[in-house]
Amino acid sequence: MSMTIALAGNPNSGKTTLFNALTGSNQHVGNWPGVTVERKEGQTRYGNQVYRVVDLPGTYSLGAFSEDEVVAREFIVSGNPDVVINVVDATNIERNLYLTTQLLEMGTKVVVALNMVDEAESREIHVDEKALAQRLGVPVIRTVASRRKGIDELMEAAIAVARVPLNGHVQLSYGESIDKRIEVLKGFLQGGDFRYPSSWLALKLLEGDSYAKKFVFENSNLRDLEEFSRFWDEVAVHEEEFQLEIVDSRYKFVGDITKDVVRRPGVAVETTTDKVDRVLTHKYWGMPIFAAIMFAIFQLTFAVGQDLLGEWMAVAIDYVGGALEGFLVGVNAPAWLIDFIGNGMVAGVGAVVEFVPLIVILYLLMGLLEDSGYMARAAYVMDNTMRAVGLQGKTFISMIVGFGCNVPGVMATRTLENKKDRMIAILINPFMSCGAKIPIYLVFIAAFFPSYGGLVLFSVYALGVAVAFLMGKIFSKTLFKGETSHFIMELPPYRKPTLSNVVRNMWDNVSGFLARAGTIILAVVSLLWVLAVLPLGVEPYGSASILGRIGQFIAPIFEPAGFGTWQAAVGLFSGIAAKEAVVATLGMVYAGVEAGTELVAAIREVFTPLTAVSFMVMTLLYTPCAATLGTIKKETGSAKWTLFSAFYSFGIAWVLSVLVFQVGRVLGFS
Amino acid sequence: MEYSTLITLREGDICKVARIQAGTTATMRLYEMGFNTGARVQVLKNDRGPIIVGLGGHKVALGRGLAEKMLVARSK
Ligand SMILES: Nc1nc2c(ncn2[C@@H]2O[C@H](COP(=O)(O)OP(=O)(O)O)[C@@H](O)[C@H]2O)c(=O)[nH]1
Repeated sequence: MSMTIALAGNPNSGKTTLFNALTGSNQHVGNWPGVTVERKEGQTRYGNQVYRVVDLPGTYSLGAFSEDEVVAREFIVSGNPDVVINVVDATNIERNLYLTTQLLEMGTKVVVALNMVDEAESREIHVDEKALAQRLGVPVIRTVASRRKGIDELMEAAIAVARVPLNGHVQLSYGESIDKRIEVLKGFLQGGDFRYPSSWLALKLLEGDSYAKKFVFENSNLRDLEEFSRFWDEVAVHEEEFQLEIVDSRYKFVGDITKDVVRRPGVAVETTTDKVDRVLTHKYWGMPIFAAIMFAIFQLTFAVGQDLLGEWMAVAIDYVGGALEGFLVGVNAPAWLIDFIGNGMVAGVGAVVEFVPLIVILYLLMGLLEDSGYMARAAYVMDNTMRAVGLQGKTFISMIVGFGCNVPGVMATRTLENKKDRMIAILINPFMSCGAKIPIYLVFIAAFFPSYGGLVLFSVYALGVAVAFLMGKIFSKTLFKGETSHFIMELPPYRKPTLSNVVRNMWDNVSGFLARAGTIILAVVSLLWVLAVLPLGVEPYGSASILGRIGQFIAPIFEPAGFGTWQAAVGLFSGIAAKEAVVATLGMVYAGVEAGTELVAAIREVFTPLTAVSFMVMTLLYTPCAATLGTIKKETGSAKWTLFSAFYSFGIAWVLSVLVFQVGRVLGFS
Repeated sequence: MEYSTLITLREGDICKVARIQAGTTATMRLYEMGFNTGARVQVLKNDRGPIIVGLGGHKVALGRGLAEKMLVARSK
């Protein structure tokens, strides 16, 4: 078995950058053992050995306040990493070392990666890493993850630590009254069959850790022990006091350790971040600037993606399709196969793949936003607005992530500490229009509003946000009452985005998009093709085919919204498998078109500007795709809420698109 | 020493955290992020929306509701 190295650290410490630097393209997403929560994992080579690297969620602590923290510490205690690399931001060493103390408490083998030393130096913060290492009792290696500096030394130290047994661990003291009780508790826990070290469990119990309490009481009968009960009741009285005392002790430990180890300039110099923030978080300008940035992103995506690249993609797909068909004709393939390949596969899958350049641009821009540190500012400027609808600023980050894809969007809600906030954030996330829906809008934009692309796209997204806000408000007044949690958010310094991070993030998303085109979309398209040409003898892709009949059965539902055609119905229905399938299906059923321009022409014939708008509203809001529903199931652990999500969003989409069509008609649009 | 809530402080003011009464979760979270007793905090922005403070050379935004529940000792 190869060794396992886990990466732990605070948010914004450069953990992702280090993970990317270590693993390169050798990474994938898997599930945590036991729980169905996704995690990132990769491999790195050092010397002639291969090591497994696991990226833990970025957290400030290893308590039980958020899902992220539980996931991280659960891996450390029961996933048995051979060593944990603790990424520490050198510019903010005290707070970062707080997590380090918790790692030491767990009896884990730790190596500290003192990251961002370049930034620390430029801010005249000097850290004596040798002294730090000596006091912590673990190796400390200076790194600049963004420039891949210190990576080899880090690996060398990590492997060395992993090879030898743990010795001479630093022992924290939490003050007499707590230390004494830890000993007592350890006595009680002795002999129990727990998978955690008893001293750690004892500490967590005194800290009032809900997870540890539940674990111990479910796996032992300590509760029935009278002696224990008496002890425990007495502890309960002091719970809050102990909690704070334990945190203070850790900070005191950190304070002692960093004394004379860290040197800072006496007067803080005003940094670029401060200057930029003066504008970006301005009380009046902050919000319009944020809106302008988002608008610019859509405009740029549209301009660059469509005009420059979209065309040659279409030509390329046309070419591939033509070549394939030519080849098939050449080898005397049966007519049905030629039709399947040319009109089913190439048309359907091609209709999706054509949009790749656009999606590449969108994800690159979103990645820049994320890597620069602006995301936290967006949450900041939105907090007031979010609060007005019963949510909080942090929720907004999961919403922006949802613009890329709702699956990570729903997962990003894990940082919300309060159950109510989290449930609402999950339920409204699918209203954030994801990248896979873009092809749908673009086809309709190209058909009816070619000169207002960016504006229409922006409006669609804005409508999604508005509906999300409205539903947030309704949910917080009805289904999930209670206090909105407080807003606490670090505003990291603005940093020059690391190109490889941005590209990596883009590629993760785009490869997912391509993979879906080759799997789900291909499968859906193949199935639909079969349904579209059967029963034998009917006109293929006609209303008499099985597909046509199914479509006709569903279509009346959409009549009031103006697009009660069987083709639209089938398209929407297949979109539940994956949103790209909507365009793929439309591409196929509208006369088996070969490429985008013909689909656009076909759309222009059967839709009107008004029904195009109501159709876009429908696709924006209706039932989330299967992958998102699956993630909602995982994250809420509830089939009931998953079904609820599937149906209520359909209801809202239906009502709004009907409203658009009916009101539009009354107003004289067509 | 005079105590006041964080929300009453103005831009540029420097203070020390005395006590936080914002419920267990938020209090613990703040403590863990370094707002423990005695921590030195500088108010960087306090107008609309969350208040921004500097703590150990880094910036943290805190909801106004939270800033009302944070008791601090102002230092000159
Ligand atoms: N100057 C500098 N920037 C870095 C370093 N490591 C990462 N960054 C940047 O810091 C920001 C946050 O890094 P990221 O890896 O996303 O942090 P995470 O939240 O811990 O995963 C990004 O803009 C990175 O490009 C470093 O060693 N020096």
